[in-house]
Amino acid sequence: MHGPGVLSIWFFIGVLLTIYGVLITGTGLYELAYPLANPPVLSNLHATLWWGIVLLIIGLFYLLRFFPRMS
Amino acid sequence: MRPDDDLRFDTIPFAVVNTSHRLLTLSPVDLVIIAVYFSVVLGIGLYLKRFTKTGEDFFLAGRDMSAWIAGLSFVAANLGSLELMGWAAAAYQYGILATHWYWIGAIPAMLFLGVVMMPFYYISKTHSVPDYLALRFGESSRTLSAISFGLMTVLMSGINMYSMALVMRIILGWDINFSIWVSSITVAAYVFLGGLLSAIFNEVLQFFLIWLGAIVISILGLIEAGGWSGMVARIHHNFPEQDYTHLWRGLGSFSDNPMGIHWTGIVLGLGFVISFGYWTTDFLVVQRVLSARDLRSARMAPVIGAMFKMAVPFIVILPGLLALAVLPERLVGESQAGSGAHSYNEVLPLMLARYCGPGLLGLGITALIAGFMSGMAGNVSAFATVWTYDIYRALIRKNAPDAHYVSMGRWCTVLGVLVSIGTAYLVMQFLSIMDYVQALFSFFIAPLFGTVILGMLWKRATPAAGFWGLLAGTGASIAMFAWVQLDPSAIRYIAFSPHAQQMAENMYRALWSWTVCVAVTVAVSYATKPKPISELAGLVYGVTEIPSEVGVSLLHRPLFWTVVVIVIFFALNLIFW
Repeated sequence: MHGPGVLSIWFFIGVLLTIYGVLITGTGLYELAYPLANPPVLSNLHATLWWGIVLLIIGLFYLLRFFPRMS
Repeated sequence: MRPDDDLRFDTIPFAVVNTSHRLLTLSPVDLVIIAVYFSVVLGIGLYLKRFTKTGEDFFLAGRDMSAWIAGLSFVAANLGSLELMGWAAAAYQYGILATHWYWIGAIPAMLFLGVVMMPFYYISKTHSVPDYLALRFGESSRTLSAISFGLMTVLMSGINMYSMALVMRIILGWDINFSIWVSSITVAAYVFLGGLLSAIFNEVLQFFLIWLGAIVISILGLIEAGGWSGMVARIHHNFPEQDYTHLWRGLGSFSDNPMGIHWTGIVLGLGFVISFGYWTTDFLVVQRVLSARDLRSARMAPVIGAMFKMAVPFIVILPGLLALAVLPERLVGESQAGSGAHSYNEVLPLMLARYCGPGLLGLGITALIAGFMSGMAGNVSAFATVWTYDIYRALIRKNAPDAHYVSMGRWCTVLGVLVSIGTAYLVMQFLSIMDYVQALFSFFIAPLFGTVILGMLWKRATPAAGFWGLLAGTGASIAMFAWVQLDPSAIRYIAFSPHAQQMAENMYRALWSWTVCVAVTVAVSYATKPKPISELAGLVYGVTEIPSEVGVSLLHRPLFWTVVVIVIFFALNLIFW
């Protein structure tokens, strides 16, 4: 896109979602060990952990697929 | 007029009335998530600066975007500051009827843009909608359209900025000045640096964030409610007096549905004039498609955008419906809100707080901020283009070097943001300004659609007719607005019913102003001399050679995907009838 040398937008999305995936997965794991004092509804489903993993998977896919040296 | 503008009237009192509490408290990880977002969008702007050297780069992203990027950006630019909150609130208040603004109020118009109108915009190599009017009708039409668009765009941007800052104060307790300055300086910086290319990159990023941040509520809400059927059963149990779950069944009469609207208003006013006016002639969204790398991509982009637009109710409307089903308290209108009672407009933060702990909460708030920034970036990048090319170059300095216009575009971005900030503070002092500015914006879009569509499809339309039709349609819209302001009972003439609500009035006023524009354009055309056919090549149907798609595989043809979207569109309307 936009001539040679420009990093793909999908690469930036990969970077951001990977960072978010790590942060949110880490938070989810922490909550497993130290449950919240006032948990949200359906906290038994551990949505933070699962959604963090989803973000991490999507982020890593885009990051690796559109990494500058590999694209 | 943005088809969703009406809902924004509701959001302001919400923020003004309830200023004594905050709904959510962020944890350190939430703040880190928000900080990372700001860092990445600024980093993208800094990185892309080196690739935006020419006017084509800065104002049209080098006309090198793929259909997917242009399509996603096309939809993301419409996800303005209060889209998520305003329509979730509307869904709580009006039920699934709010979905009309996403389906019939968007999809047919987006497909029409891709299939019918885009070839003329793209082949004529126009850089903006006012520029198309200049090519087709002459400079007077361009000037009228450019000045009205430029003025209204920055004013609307300021109103949205103010609204979002108020929302952040209510949800998070953030200082209103902090929200206004941090978010607007960030947008100004990345658009200043990378122009439309940077705006588009960030809009695609923001689109992902909005989805990933908001869909968690829908998923968890459906789990709690017991799926769609469980949700519907709960809503019927909680609100037996209203039908919140059918799209069309209650639209046979003005008084049979909570919106006070008839199906003719939805189909003709929203689905035809307002929707077509916004999605096919508002340069804020059309600019994204003009950045496509070739005609096929430009035609495909609105079709791709339509696919995603059809899905947006699942992250915007569904949370409002789920709130009807699962929230233990009843939300109320603004006048009853306060002292423990929450208003409709707080439905999305309440659902966020219900399901999201640390981390997910930060992601949800980032989605709201991303929505605001993508809308604002759309406004300022479109403003910079129209000001630089259609006002500055056309009226003030015609033959400057390209670099001069790029520089003007960059500083226009800053100017646009500063005017927006000024508007935000002005609105803070005089709230009634907001109603008038939003109405002003609506005056131009419906007649503009009449002028553009006749210009594209009718060879006989003359330059004089283009200008006078646009002026007459706009004048008629203003006159009708003033009439109802002075005599509220006049609404029975404008909207055919004394029961019609403000939304219905807006739709019928748009329909009338479009009709006046078309009638005057036709009448003046027959009384004046048309342009020679040779001057219409590339601009008008019948004298423009549209490249054949023979040899292009079915899966790469815009027309094939248009048919697919139409089938899904009808299926969704029948399923939720």
